[in-house]
Amino acid sequence: MSISYYAGIDIGSTCSKTVVMDGSGKILHRLLRPTGWSSVDTADAVLKELDGFGIAQDERKVVSTGYGRASVSYADKQVTEITCHARGACHIYGTDNLTVIDIGGQDTKLIVVQNGQVTDFLMNDKCSAGTGRFLEVMANTLSVRLEELCELARMGGGVSISSMCTVFAESEVIGLIGKGEKRENIAYAVVNSIVQKVASQAGRLKLDQTVCLTGGLCEFEYLRKRLGEVLRCEVIACPDGRYAGAAGAALSALRLGES
Amino acid sequence: MADYRQMWSDLGMDMENHDNLCQVLPTAVGDVFLSQENRPKAMDFWDLVISEVHGIRPAELIEEQKKGRKVFGTFCVYVPDEVIIAANGIVTGLCGGSQFWVPDGEKVLPKSTCPLVKASVGARLGRTCPFFRIADMYVGETTCDGKKKAYEILGEDVPMYIMDVPQMKREKDILKWKDEIAEFAKKVEEFTGNTITPEKLGEAIHLINEKRKALQRVYDCRKSKTLPISGRDALLMTQISFFDDPARCAQMCNRLADELEQRIKDGVSVVSAGTKRIMVTGTPLAVPNWKLHNIIETSGAAVVCEEMCTGTRYFENLVDESQTTLDGQFMALSERYMKTNCACFTPNTGRIDDLLRLAKEYQVDGVIDCSLKFCCLYDTEKYSVSRALKEAGIPVLSLETDYEDADAGQLRTRIGAFIEMLS
Ligand code: SF4
Ligand code: SF4
Repeated sequence: MSISYYAGIDIGSTCSKTVVMDGSGKILHRLLRPTGWSSVDTADAVLKELDGFGIAQDERKVVSTGYGRASVSYADKQVTEITCHARGACHIYGTDNLTVIDIGGQDTKLIVVQNGQVTDFLMNDKCSAGTGRFLEVMANTLSVRLEELCELARMGGGVSISSMCTVFAESEVIGLIGKGEKRENIAYAVVNSIVQKVASQAGRLKLDQTVCLTGGLCEFEYLRKRLGEVLRCEVIACPDGRYAGAAGAALSALRLGES
Repeated sequence: MADYRQMWSDLGMDMENHDNLCQVLPTAVGDVFLSQENRPKAMDFWDLVISEVHGIRPAELIEEQKKGRKVFGTFCVYVPDEVIIAANGIVTGLCGGSQFWVPDGEKVLPKSTCPLVKASVGARLGRTCPFFRIADMYVGETTCDGKKKAYEILGEDVPMYIMDVPQMKREKDILKWKDEIAEFAKKVEEFTGNTITPEKLGEAIHLINEKRKALQRVYDCRKSKTLPISGRDALLMTQISFFDDPARCAQMCNRLADELEQRIKDGVSVVSAGTKRIMVTGTPLAVPNWKLHNIIETSGAAVVCEEMCTGTRYFENLVDESQTTLDGQFMALSERYMKTNCACFTPNTGRIDDLLRLAKEYQVDGVIDCSLKFCCLYDTEKYSVSRALKEAGIPVLSLETDYEDADAGQLRTRIGAFIEMLS
């Protein structure tokens, strides 16, 4: 039987994304599930879903990516999330020249793509400052959902958090709540803090081309807007952005099929 | 394996803790080295030495000490071995490359000290490394702040001599280093009771030049697209050369080079055609720090050159052998050593020239610039290094790491992405 399905599985630290493409690169299926405790279990669950779509082993090529990429035992190849996010973003946004910002659960990646090739990239260090995890912790502290946090922030201003470290920033936020600071102002401070952190990393790269947001946070309109203001350029995003890594992996599977 | 327990106990080592170290080393050696395919046969020498790294060479050193010879422990490639050898002394490198020693170092040093310094101090104070026990005198140097201050602490526990390394490379600095070498020679004469004559110094200069040439011969083989040796194996050879007898080191390296040259003629490569060729640069990789090479070479690329003190900086440039007076020889030594390009100097543009030259010579596809955590000197230099390489069209990845394994996953992703970027 010939190969007609190309699956990309992106096992992130909080969320796992799967994209299935046909031979022309058209997205047939998108799957999203929390990674949970075991990335091996997650990979198995994804396999069941693929089987559920009637995609048999000899009809598919699978590429895994993300922090749990080694857990996908049935993958034909592993590709790093840097390469996958770059490929996926180019595909989704329809351009070969862009700078990708992925604010993930555990790390933030900045990737410069020129003519479809990664030419430079940065990843933040071990700590969770400037990552999705930071936003999550702060949203919890404020007892709001992530979406709400970003929308609240739009209405706030005038307050800032000085600490970049998630643990210290959390106690700062608790202090602000204690002082009776308005929630929207605190939310603004939280969003602004992450935006500043990402922007300071971006300062090390050339940013003279379109900047796009990928990963789970790309649907947060206000974050995208603030990032654009601070980076002084247009930042684009779209709902499929969160599947960029998985789409890139699927495209890598397509390349495997071709070679 | 021979039983060295009596020797270790005679050296006053912490036997219980040292046993823990002895237990993990064989696994590491197996994983990093023995698992490789198609290795040069001549690596058998280094496999043996590393498998009994705390036994074979320490036992030899003790035998020599019984004959009245003195052992000098050094921490920097600026300290001239030739002077020590001319006085019939023995040199051994003393840099610590394992996380095992770090906690003992942290008992006396700030956590924000580079792991190389913490491990070196910890190996001495924790009494878990025979080389640190055997050395009769330590020779330190005024390079980075971390080492300078650590030497003050080590000096309370062992005789310590400090050489004042210049921070710039003007004519007067080269003269100053010559004077430092002459003064060091006096100290060595005093400590060993042997006189350094121009004949003896001339012989020592020749001996160390031969060792440098032999190391260079092996590195020259790595320039070939038919890569006859892995980066891990070459690194092990270089690391051990800091501890070994220089004549045997030269002999073994030449034996290895013979085999590698033959491999190139026969088209025998350790990697498949098209494998990306990486040059590693930055802070030294002291034994048994194989983390970076291991990740790179198990991620589908090959390390073909190390622009570091455990690499080309150790053996490039020879000392002029034509001098016949001590004064002329000291000057020749100073001129050679001052060509070493370390980030402790300002400016250090020579390192960038070296990198651009080596990238061509070794036909590299990309450079990984990696510094140890808390080494502000090499960390700061990453900026000018990466700018210069990028301008020359050579991709570069800047990394920072320590001796712990905690960041191995992150490193693997970055290095993997870098290699994918080169393809
Ligand atoms: S990096 Fe500098 S201080 Fe360290 S061994 Fe090399 S020359 Fe000496
Ligand atoms: S790596 Fe840097 S901080 Fe550490 S000993 Fe060498 S020069 Fe000093």
